[in-house]
Parts: sequence; structure tokens; C-alpha cells
Amino acid sequence: MSETLLQTIDLTKSFSLRNGLFGKTRENVVVDRVNLSLREGETLGLVGESGCGKSTLALTIMRLYASDGGKIYFGGKDITQLDERALKPIRKQMQMIFQDPFASLDPRLSVGQIVSEPLEIHNLGTQSERRKITAELLELVGLSADDTHRFPSEFSGGQQQRIGIARALALRPKVIICDEAVSALDVSVQAQILNLLRDLQDEFGISYLFISHNIAVTAFMSRRIGVMYLGNLVEIGESRQITRAPRHPYTQTLIAALPEPDPSKRAVAIKIKDEIDDILQRPTGCVFRLRCPLAQEICAAKEPPLRLIEENRLAACHFA
Amino acid sequence: MARYILTRILGLIGVLFIVSVLTFALMHTVPGGPFDALALEKQQMIPENIKRQLNEKYGLNAPVWKQYALFVKNAASFDFGYSIMYPNRTVVGIFKEQWSYSLELGLLSFVFSIIVGGGLGIAAAVKPNSVLDYLGTSVSIFCLVIPGFVFAIVLQVIFSVWLGWLPTGGWSSPKHWIMPVLANSLAPILVLQRYTRASMKDAMKANYVRTARAKGLSRTRIMFVHVFKNALTPLLTVGGPLAAGLIVGSFFVESIFRIPGIGFYFVSAIGSRDYPMIMATTLVWTLIISLAYFITDLLYALADPRVSLAKEK
Amino acid sequence: MNKLQRFRRRLARNKLAVIAFCFIVFQIIVAVCAPYIAPYNPYKGDFLATWETPGRMHWLGADDLGRDVFSRLLYGARISISVGVLSQLSIALIGVPVGAIAGLKGGWLDYAVMRVIDVLSSLPTILFYILLMVALGAGFWNLILAMTLTGWIGIARLVRGQVLSLKKTDFVRASRAMGAGTFYIFRKHILRNVMTPIIVTMALGIPSAMFAEAGLSFLGLGIPAPQASWGQMIGMYQAYIRTAWHLTLFPAIVLALTMLAWFLFADGIRDALDADNDFSSAD
Repeated sequence: MSETLLQTIDLTKSFSLRNGLFGKTRENVVVDRVNLSLREGETLGLVGESGCGKSTLALTIMRLYASDGGKIYFGGKDITQLDERALKPIRKQMQMIFQDPFASLDPRLSVGQIVSEPLEIHNLGTQSERRKITAELLELVGLSADDTHRFPSEFSGGQQQRIGIARALALRPKVIICDEAVSALDVSVQAQILNLLRDLQDEFGISYLFISHNIAVTAFMSRRIGVMYLGNLVEIGESRQITRAPRHPYTQTLIAALPEPDPSKRAVAIKIKDEIDDILQRPTGCVFRLRCPLAQEICAAKEPPLRLIEENRLAACHFA
Repeated sequence: MARYILTRILGLIGVLFIVSVLTFALMHTVPGGPFDALALEKQQMIPENIKRQLNEKYGLNAPVWKQYALFVKNAASFDFGYSIMYPNRTVVGIFKEQWSYSLELGLLSFVFSIIVGGGLGIAAAVKPNSVLDYLGTSVSIFCLVIPGFVFAIVLQVIFSVWLGWLPTGGWSSPKHWIMPVLANSLAPILVLQRYTRASMKDAMKANYVRTARAKGLSRTRIMFVHVFKNALTPLLTVGGPLAAGLIVGSFFVESIFRIPGIGFYFVSAIGSRDYPMIMATTLVWTLIISLAYFITDLLYALADPRVSLAKEK
Repeated sequence: MNKLQRFRRRLARNKLAVIAFCFIVFQIIVAVCAPYIAPYNPYKGDFLATWETPGRMHWLGADDLGRDVFSRLLYGARISISVGVLSQLSIALIGVPVGAIAGLKGGWLDYAVMRVIDVLSSLPTILFYILLMVALGAGFWNLILAMTLTGWIGIARLVRGQVLSLKKTDFVRASRAMGAGTFYIFRKHILRNVMTPIIVTMALGIPSAMFAEAGLSFLGLGIPAPQASWGQMIGMYQAYIRTAWHLTLFPAIVLALTMLAWFLFADGIRDALDADNDFSSAD
């Protein structure tokens, strides 16, 4: 039984919006009491539509945002309130890959400088040792050691993402958060990067928190998947189960929307109301009830807790 | 909207307050009171007891903050006291009498700048890369780089001294107006030419112009109806402060051409350490310019529905 | 071909900038060598030569004290150039750190700095200069001080704006995620991305400073006599323009040419650097 590496308990993050100098302040809860756990060597997927808070969750876990509630545990240690100094050694074990490959690389630095930056920050190795490690890392992700002196703008999107991956690997982290890591790439390139990530996982035993809005890709990468809607985790379980038999109405619409080549297997598209929720107007009770085809009075009155509906399966719905 | 206006007015008052304090403080750190400077200029010694009387009259013996409080009280009722350079004229009196010169110079320069600057800008936009375009750009570089007063000197030398066509100074006839207005318009022409050219170009490239052309409207009609209207809005941003600056008076030009406007008096006040005059001019100038910016912003916000006034964090 | 070479090539293509550059180099050499090449001592007057018009003895004439105009113009170059360059260095020395710290730290510090900037910028610059110089008294270092006090605002605002946009970029986020401290991020990422606008601002600021010095000296507030500042020369002899136009015209021409050259060169630098990476539009 592999140990739990990363855990969040009721993690909450909100942003306040102020209307003008004397206007009212509104609290926008972007991540609402999310409970996740990531075990050693596994990939946990996180899906949801744009704006559901998955990226914010990732940034909050990485302590790039200050959380507004709940706790984060890494390797059993509570890192929620640690100051930057105490956090620094922990940061070595938790890295991140970003959605826009080009934006995540400083255009004025050479590839070598970018990849060796983590080593420099943590004062590891001498100049020549770093150069050696950088060359190795580049080879590891499918680039060549000669690329060290080139600049990000000279590479394609897929290659830039590889550079980002090389950088993330530099400190041999235990956890890598992939925030829409392949969403900005062409489909053919996506497959290559995904395979690279899997290979690296096999070789180094890295755990991934794989965030995406594409459930098919997420299911391919992850053993377990969590589904988010408007800041709440509405369902979480093994990816096979989630894709074959989703229990939460929102998950069901996501799965139903997947293109299925075999006509006999096509599920009926579930009709949900099209209105785009105003993120700032969170409904009382269940967060999905304004678009849910199954909504009843109880959904407005009582917020459904994320509860165990089967072995290893949790869903937040009164009717799951 | 009302909230916005209120905030801006508060800001305006704040600025005036700070400016007055700053000016006041600076004036009082100057070593040697105003009378030493005056004595130097008139080249006579001022007997001690007369100096004491003068200090009394101008209230220069009281503690500094008291002087400031008195100043604010008087300023609110537009009483800035007597000028030190011209002991029998009040500061406000000087303003009232000499204001018109600066105003006339400013207005003429304004109109001239709009015609020349605007014209060059429009011409440059309408016929890109033509002679007019390069002319316009060269003119604006020239205006940017040659200080106004340098240009004024050069004009004076060429047209007054060498050629004798125009008088060296004064403001009594249209002949007197030519050089000052030219020199004064340098900076405004630069700004207007650039702005007009840029905004015309933007407007011409816009999609709605393409639509109009696709509809088959004649080029001139497009120009006048569609392009001009939208090109002129950005001019608001520039026009306001520009006008304000011009109206307050350009002291360089006024000094060089001996035009007895506020600018001219301000320059003399500086030399004579005429505190009341310096403070009054500073405040008036700051007030006018701040007002100009404020009004411009307001008009802009009203005219352009896309500009939002609420600030979101 | 790296960035420096690309920049040099782009600059070289701009003919005007190249000519301006040559003029500037020439002027700097002349200014430095002024004590050796000036035909006369600019401070010593020859009472036999007062008010002399341009001629063989004094190429550009002599002023009311018999001082040679040409020599004074040469020395004036030293003043213009040193005021121009020193003021910009001084401004950057104050403005860049203030802007950077305000942008990086944020919070109340940033708020305070911005309010100070707002207030100071609502006062018309010329007025501020005049007031400061009246209070401080004319003089070279007072002038530099006054220029620094008014000029730091522009560059601070610029740097702060850049820092704010850079903070939001993914690569700065990645750096923080890796555990980088504020100073490290500034040194490694922000500084080099902000260099370009800073250099451009400083380059354009030099002719601007020259303008300011000339104007203030014209009013008697900048560089005082007996030092030979072009603006001061114009101001002093402006009243005698009918009889002694050579005393104002030549400084005026030299001033204009100098400003033109420095401006064209700075403009050329700006075009050649052409911020390939502009973060001001980053989301």
C-alpha cells in the first residue's frame, strides 16, 4: 500500500472583488472545501470546465496563492502555513508544468539556464555538474544536449513543453502538477508528451496531479479522476468506473459528450440548461442545481456532501 | 458617476493643498529674504527699520505655519497680498491687468497649432509616405528637439535683427504676433500632428471603414463622416491640457518678446523673490492644468461608453 | 547571431542615427579635450575685445567681458553632456529600485509609492523645477538634484508597470514554485526583461535633460555664471539681441544641433531595440 504523498483537507480559496473605491466587496469562492489525496507513484486526474477552479487549486496547493481555509499536507507534514524559508526544501519535491509552454519559459534565458534554474535556486552542484545534469535532462525528455545554448523561441510548442518538463525534473521531485500541460499542443504532439510523462513516471516513480478539461486525455493518464464544478469536487473515483458509469449528473454530461465511434455504444446526450452560470452568483445548496436535470427542492435547501457511494467512489449528489 | 466626480474633486483639492505647502516651504527655505534680493536689484541698501516695517507689512515675522494659515485664508477669498516687485500693486491686480496678454497669445497659438498640426497630421495619414507625410514627421521632430526659446531667438535674430521685417517685442499689432505665436506653437504642433496622424490612421484601418468602402461609399464621404468623427475623440485627451498650458502663458516666449503677460511677470517674480507672486502663479497654474485634465477625463468618459469608471481589483 | 549583434545591425541601418552617433562621439571628444583645443580661456575676459563681432581673432566673437564665444561654446558642451548623462544615471539609480520594490512587494508599500508618484506628477514639471531651483539656488549639483527629484517618477512608474506584468507570467510563477526568493527573481528574470525600456528611457532622457538645463539656465536658475552653459548664454544676452546677436545665436544653434543629434540617436536605439518581448500585454 503506497503512502499518501499529498493531501488537501477542505482546501478553500476565494478572491474578493471590489466595486470602485466605495463599492461593495464580493467574495468569489473559487475553490470550495476540496479534499484530495495523491499516493506515491500514481496519477490523479482532475477535470472540469474552464473556470471551475482547477488551476487555482493547483496554484494553491503549490502555495503560490495563500489559501483561505483548509489544510495541505505533504509527506505527512502540514505545509499550509509554513513560511517561505521552511517551505523551500519542500518545494524541491513538488514541481509544476504549465499550460502555455512558451509563457512558462523566460524568453531571454537560454534553455540551459532555464533547465538549471532549479539547481541554481537550491545551490546544488558546481557549474560543470549543473551543465552535466542539464544535458542529461534534455536527453531524457527527447531533446539534445546541443540545445543548451539555444533560446525558447527557436523551438516548437511540443519541444518547449519538453524543456518545461526537463526543468521540472531537475530536482527529482516526488510530485509534478501538470496544469493543462498538453491543452495548448497539437493533438499529434499531445500524444508524444503524454507518453513521455508516462515513461518518466515508470522510470522515476513520480506522482502526477493531472489537470485538464479534456476527460478523455485525463482518463488515459490517470488511475483516479476527480471532477470539479464551480470550485467543488463533485465526484471522485477510479477512472474506469467514472468513464463507464458516472454517478454525478455533471460527470454524466461530460462523459456523454465524448465522441463515441461505435454507434451501438452511444449514450443519449443529456440535456442540461445552457445558461452560463455567473460565477459570482453561487447557488445555495448544490452548486450544480441550476443546470441539473435532476434538480429538486432538496437540492436548493441542502448542499449534498461528498459521500461514499461505492467502494473508492465519492460523489456529491442527493441522487447518486 | 457621482462617486467618480467626488473622488476627483477631492483629489484636486488634495493636489492644490500639497502644491501650496510645497511652494510655501520651498520659498521659505531660500536664504536671504525677498528684500535682500530687491536691494540687490535696486542697488541700494535698505535701512534696518524700513526692512522691519516691510517684514511686518508682508507678515514675514510670524512663525511659518501661521504665515501659511493666513495665506490659505486669504487665498480662499482671492487675496494674495501685495507684490514685492511692484509694491503698490496687488498680486490679484497684476493678474487682472496682464491676464489678457497671455490669453491672447495662448488662443492664437492654440488655433494656429490646430490648423498646422492637425492639418499636417491629417495630410500625413491620408497620403502616407508622401512628401506631406515626411514633411509632417520632420516638422514634428524639429518641434520636439528645438527648445521653444531657441527657436524664438533664432526667429528674432533672422526676422528682427537681420531682415528688420518684424519688431523685436511687444504686442500692439498683428506684426507683433507672428513670431511669438510661431515659437509658442512649436510643442503643440508636434503633439497635435502626431496624435492626429496616429488616430486618423487607426480610424482608417478600422473595420467599419472597410465596411463602408465595401458598401461603395465614395472616399471623401467616408473620410468626413466616419473617419473624422472617430479620429477626433482622442484629440480631446490632448486638447484640454494643451489649451490649459497655452492659456496660462509661456514664460519663455513672453520674456523674449517682452509681452507683458503672466509668464513674463512670473519670470521677474522668480528673480526678485516675489513670494506672493510666485505662490499665486504656481497655484493658479496648477489649478488650471488639473482642471483641464479633470474636464478632459470627464468628457472622455462620457463620450466613450467603453471606458468604465469602476475599478475592479 | 545573438541579441547584441542583431541590435548593432539594426542600428547601423538607420542612417540618421548613425550620423547622429558620429556627431555625438565627435562632440564628446571635443568636450573632453576642450581645455586643450579651446583657443582662449573661457573665464578670462580680454577688455580690449569686448563685444567683438565674429572675426579673425575671435571666430565667433566675444561677449561683454571680452570672453571668447567659441571657447565658451566648447566648455558649454561639457556642461550639457555631463548634466544630460549624470541626471539620467541619478534618476535611474533612484527610480529603478523604487519602482521594482513597489512592484515586487506590493501591498501598502506599493500603495504609498503610487500615491507619492500621483501627487508629484500632478505638479507641472517646469514649475517643480523652477520652485526647486529657486529654493536650492543655481548650481550644477543642485540642478542634478532637482532633476533627480522630478525625474525618478517616470522611470519608477515604468519599472513598476513592467514588474507587475512580469509577476503574472508563468515563468516567474515557475520560479517561485521552485522556491526562488524575491531578489533572485528580480536579478534573474525581471532585470533583463526590464533593461530595454530603461535604456530607452534614459537615452531619450538625455536630450530632455539638456533642454531642461538650457531653459533653467536661461532663466538664471540653472548653471550660474561664470560657467558657460549655452542656455545661460542665451538668457544673459537675449536683451542685447539687436546689437550683439552673435552672443545668442551661436549658443542657440549649437544647443539645437546637440539636442537633435542626441534625440535622433536615442530614437534609433529605441527602434533598434524594439522590445521583441513586450510583457505589457501579457494577461
